Amino acid sequence: MAAALALAGCSSSGGQDGPTTLNYTIWDQNQEPALREVADEFEAQNPNVDVEITVIPSKDYWTKIQTQMSAGTGPDVFWVNGPNFQLYASNGQLAPLDDTGIEAGDYPDSLVDLYTYDGSLYGAPKDFDTIGVYYNKALFDEAGLEYPAAGWTWADFQNAAQKISDPAKGVYGTAAAPYGQMTYYNTILQAGGEVISEDGTTSGYDTPEAAEGVQFWADLIANGSSPTLQQLTDTWPGDTFSSGKMGMFLDGSWAAGTYSAAEAIADVIGVAPLPIGPTGENTSVVHGLANAVSAKSENLDVAKEFAVFLSGEEAAEIQAKTATVIPAFNGTQQAWVDALSTIDAQIFLDAVETGAPLPISKNTTAWVPVEEDYIKQILSGQLDTETGLKELAAEMNDLLAKE
Amino acid sequence: MTRQLRGRNAAPRRSAAQLSRGRAWWALLFIGPAGLGLVVFYLWPIIRGIYLSFQDVGPFGGETFVGIDNFVEVFSEPDLGRALLNTLLYAVICLIGIPVAMIVAVLINTKGLKGRSLFRVLFFLPVVTMPVAVALVWRLLLNVDYGVLNLSLRAIGLPGVAWLSTPVVNMVVIAIVGIWMGLGTQIIIFTAGLQGIPDTLIEAAELDGAGPVRRFVSVIVPLLSPTTFLLSVLSVIASMQVFDLIFLMIDPNNPAQSQSQSLVSLFYTRGFLQHDLGAAAAIACVLLAIILVLSAIQFRLQRRWVHYE
Repeated sequence: MAAALALAGCSSSGGQDGPTTLNYTIWDQNQEPALREVADEFEAQNPNVDVEITVIPSKDYWTKIQTQMSAGTGPDVFWVNGPNFQLYASNGQLAPLDDTGIEAGDYPDSLVDLYTYDGSLYGAPKDFDTIGVYYNKALFDEAGLEYPAAGWTWADFQNAAQKISDPAKGVYGTAAAPYGQMTYYNTILQAGGEVISEDGTTSGYDTPEAAEGVQFWADLIANGSSPTLQQLTDTWPGDTFSSGKMGMFLDGSWAAGTYSAAEAIADVIGVAPLPIGPTGENTSVVHGLANAVSAKSENLDVAKEFAVFLSGEEAAEIQAKTATVIPAFNGTQQAWVDALSTIDAQIFLDAVETGAPLPISKNTTAWVPVEEDYIKQILSGQLDTETGLKELAAEMNDLLAKE
Repeated sequence: MTRQLRGRNAAPRRSAAQLSRGRAWWALLFIGPAGLGLVVFYLWPIIRGIYLSFQDVGPFGGETFVGIDNFVEVFSEPDLGRALLNTLLYAVICLIGIPVAMIVAVLINTKGLKGRSLFRVLFFLPVVTMPVAVALVWRLLLNVDYGVLNLSLRAIGLPGVAWLSTPVVNMVVIAIVGIWMGLGTQIIIFTAGLQGIPDTLIEAAELDGAGPVRRFVSVIVPLLSPTTFLLSVLSVIASMQVFDLIFLMIDPNNPAQSQSQSLVSLFYTRGFLQHDLGAAAAIACVLLAIILVLSAIQFRLQRRWVHYE
């Protein structure tokens, strides 16, 4: 500890010659203003440090970061997410944060677990998201249905989706979007299955429970409660929901600000917890981002300090007010709920209690394209659920074995 | 006589040698920047790519020699064959753009055509438009529910088509967008070719009683054949490397996505999503070999149909 302090002292006295520049790379432009504010605060407290924020659009983010890290020109601090975290941590690209004084108890357990690798914390939890059901009260009234409420079930959901659907008018009950985190990961968990074993080594797709969770969505497309996959490809279902033509849509807490401000539905929007599945649970996937420090950073100590500051209480409060993401720091989430006055945003916080972490392994992005490919074929009726999932599990296990 | 001749030839030869030494430096100086770019951005990557195709590469570097394992792996999966067929389909359809460009070039270069510059601008506009914008606009036009194309089809009582999420159909559609995007460049090159055709030849044909169609078929088309050949070689090389339009128009949630990969998009998936740069490099080597073979075939075939004046 003394040695660490001495080192820190050295680097800050060295810093007197000129300011230390930290590069912080993120992918969401919407969050840049709030993070700039946080960075300004850090600069004010550390006059020798200059923080530069770089935004790389999410579509290119991981390819660019990977290339930069391979070439040794990576950022000092950057966002990591669950699917990519272990690839970076297991290949020695991230600096452990255990010696920074960060308290695991300040963050939800599922996030601390997500960013712990080999017993060390490699990411300071930044924010989290859970899934809820956004619904359109006007369409529920028209169909003569009661609004969804805590304790509702899969059957209630299916019934409402079918009653609201009127494809001739372009109105749909819900959308079976082929995005695991928003749809089928949740129902697989609610059916008692798993996407991947807890240790991340085997696929969970070859079980009847997983099949039940996927079939839930295939049925909704088959009976016309959801647009077909072709339609979902061409029109983002969130846009259909925003324009008042969809009864219920499962989406993340990250979208709450956008939907509650959408003109066509602002007066009729409601949110409800996920419906209860066959096992009596309404598990939601919990995911969140973390601020990670590159192991190759030239200013490792300052970078670590900044990462911890970014995930600290002060930073969380600044971000919560913008209603973009739920800050991970315990006790700061109320500001986010308050910022969303028109909906019952509390349901997204409650979902953490019963939630389960996003399924990941060491090289998650290697099997996700395979997974999505099979699920899309099942949802569009090209493959029968059971056969499709058996093949998917076999291919996924092959890829997991290579990790 | 002979001595005289020899003497007359010998003198300039010496000075030419001296001159050429000075000129060589100049030539090198002028070629230098372009040559450097060629080496750094083309030759070196090709060598690196071939080298990497025999290595197992970690996600953040670190290479181990694995012989031909990457090739064995790539060839044993159905993805490569499917991607190859898609790419060839795209390349073949793109070739149709060349006669279209030729006809348009001849039409908009007709003497006395009103609004000639307007047409030139309109045809060239897609070339200078960002591919991202092009892809987004076409996706709107092709939307299953709200696209102009399907709305028009429904208005006349025909069913709409899922243009971008039906395998094969989507490759044809994307190739048409590709043709539309490249048309402007091809028209410019044809226009240059047309200006190289002496007016006297056209006038002679006219005097012989050839109408506009006959003049086009019998005079212009053969005289443009070197240009056509150049464009067909360039078109095949470019379309075999199609990536951006597919990447932008086929979303990851598209049900036909895995059936709609080109060789380069397969390379991208393998290298940058699945972090297997060795296998990706092997795919790139296969693509290099295919392009070399196709270009060689084209150069061989040109003897039969290309007329140089």
